[in-house]
Amino acid sequence: MIIADKKPIQEIIDQVSNYERILVLGCNECVTVCEAGGKKEVEILASVLRMHFLKEGQERKIDERTLERQCDHEYLEEIRDVIDQYDAVLSLACGVGVQFTAEKYLTTPVLPGVNTCFLGANEQRGMWTERCQACGECVLGKTAGICPISRCAKRVMNGPCGGSTNGKCEINSEVDCAWQLIIDRLKALGRMEDYEIVAPIKDWSTERAGGPRKVVREDVQV
Amino acid sequence: MKSGSNLEKILKAGHFAFTGEVGPPRGANVEALREKVSYLKGNVDMANITDNQTAMVRMSSWAASMICMQEGVEPNFQMVCRDRNRLAMQADILGAYAHGIRNMLCLSGDHQQFGDHPQSKGVFDLDSMQLIGMVKKMRDEGKFLGGADIDVPPQIFIGAAANPFAEPFEWRVHRLAKKVAAGADFIQTQCVFNMGRIRDWVSQANDMGLTDKIAILPGITPMKSVGMAKYMKNKVPGMDVPDEIIKRLQGVDKKKVADEGIKIACEQIEEFKEMKGVAGVHLMAIEWEHKVPEIAERAGVLPRPEV
Repeated sequence: MIIADKKPIQEIIDQVSNYERILVLGCNECVTVCEAGGKKEVEILASVLRMHFLKEGQERKIDERTLERQCDHEYLEEIRDVIDQYDAVLSLACGVGVQFTAEKYLTTPVLPGVNTCFLGANEQRGMWTERCQACGECVLGKTAGICPISRCAKRVMNGPCGGSTNGKCEINSEVDCAWQLIIDRLKALGRMEDYEIVAPIKDWSTERAGGPRKVVREDVQV
Repeated sequence: MKSGSNLEKILKAGHFAFTGEVGPPRGANVEALREKVSYLKGNVDMANITDNQTAMVRMSSWAASMICMQEGVEPNFQMVCRDRNRLAMQADILGAYAHGIRNMLCLSGDHQQFGDHPQSKGVFDLDSMQLIGMVKKMRDEGKFLGGADIDVPPQIFIGAAANPFAEPFEWRVHRLAKKVAAGADFIQTQCVFNMGRIRDWVSQANDMGLTDKIAILPGITPMKSVGMAKYMKNKVPGMDVPDEIIKRLQGVDKKKVADEGIKIACEQIEEFKEMKGVAGVHLMAIEWEHKVPEIAERAGVLPRPEV
């Protein structure tokens, strides 16, 4: 899923300070699971903002709403009849949701309430780690199910590099060396001969290097 | 001959190679660079010119390589994958070759986080293994990566690095095998302090037949002080400094520590001269270039053969 993290409260206050009527808009998908932008976080943030402005002697209209998804036209339509009641939307969705909301409501400022971080997994309560860089051409079948692009600091396709120490990465002793993990798993799978193959130079055009990407599926189009 | 470089000729003639290293200046201080190179002249077969080492900005490695050449020392143009994409790499290889550079060392590069621009974006379009393959393709097939013909291909002697001390040890020799398969002609290793481990690694390489295909030059770094030894042991990723080395340095009079460091280096070189599968050594006298003539003399590698 998409992992997001909270923005510093002061940054949020600075962003919304010029608006009287604000809709804090959550999303019920990834940001809910990673506890950054779901219904619960919308409630907390809206309360913090209300208290802040009250302390400043200002009363502002700060409403709460959480949509099923902000990356889907259908759910974004649910706020069409109320959008004109607000001077700004503070979206706690990922960058996709913020942009989709902004595209739909051209004359309403839509501000990001979280920092969108990466595609990752919930490793333990309160900790999420990166697993995928959406390179558009998956190599996991050749790397024992461990991604060197997202998990090696240098995206080395033929690792490990000389900085691997005690199974950890040279950039930080708390970061696993992806290539140590790959070798360990190749061994467990009895496929160490795969290690001998030199991985060819990657075609990055399917990654962000190729410009904004698009998937078109005629088989599911209506 | 693949390149006709001095190093290639030395190795081909069966001489024990002795190479050095120079870090370009943190600025355009040409005189400082010329001075560093002057200590190596006549004492080494080739000098590695580092490429933004430890991810700190320095004079570019190809430019410093040219100055090195002007001073009469053959350069080994280092190139890291961190700072250039495949277009820039191929362009710089052609430019370097056009100016007379004949050796290259293909490296991944230290992560940018270590240097003075940790906010930068690491390129890593290719990895070091793929860079080796690209230079070989340019040289032997006369083709760009994209497939087009090169109008006068670069004849480069292709170097690569190996760190026999990084983990996982048992697979390090297999990574060497991959570099051989990718097309490397010579290998310079990480600084060697753990002789036991390098013996094992070279013997594995011998058993796999790799040393028949590639020239291995273990890296030698004389310790200047106990502090340096401790720093390398504890702070430098992938470095293996046994306690015996530190104890030995601590065991001599303070004024004699540097001399003891050189002594250890010379003993290592003596062992490598006799070690089957080793074709020479690579001396990395870090910010100690003025000591290279003395080290070369004491290591008994002078005069360097004319080939």
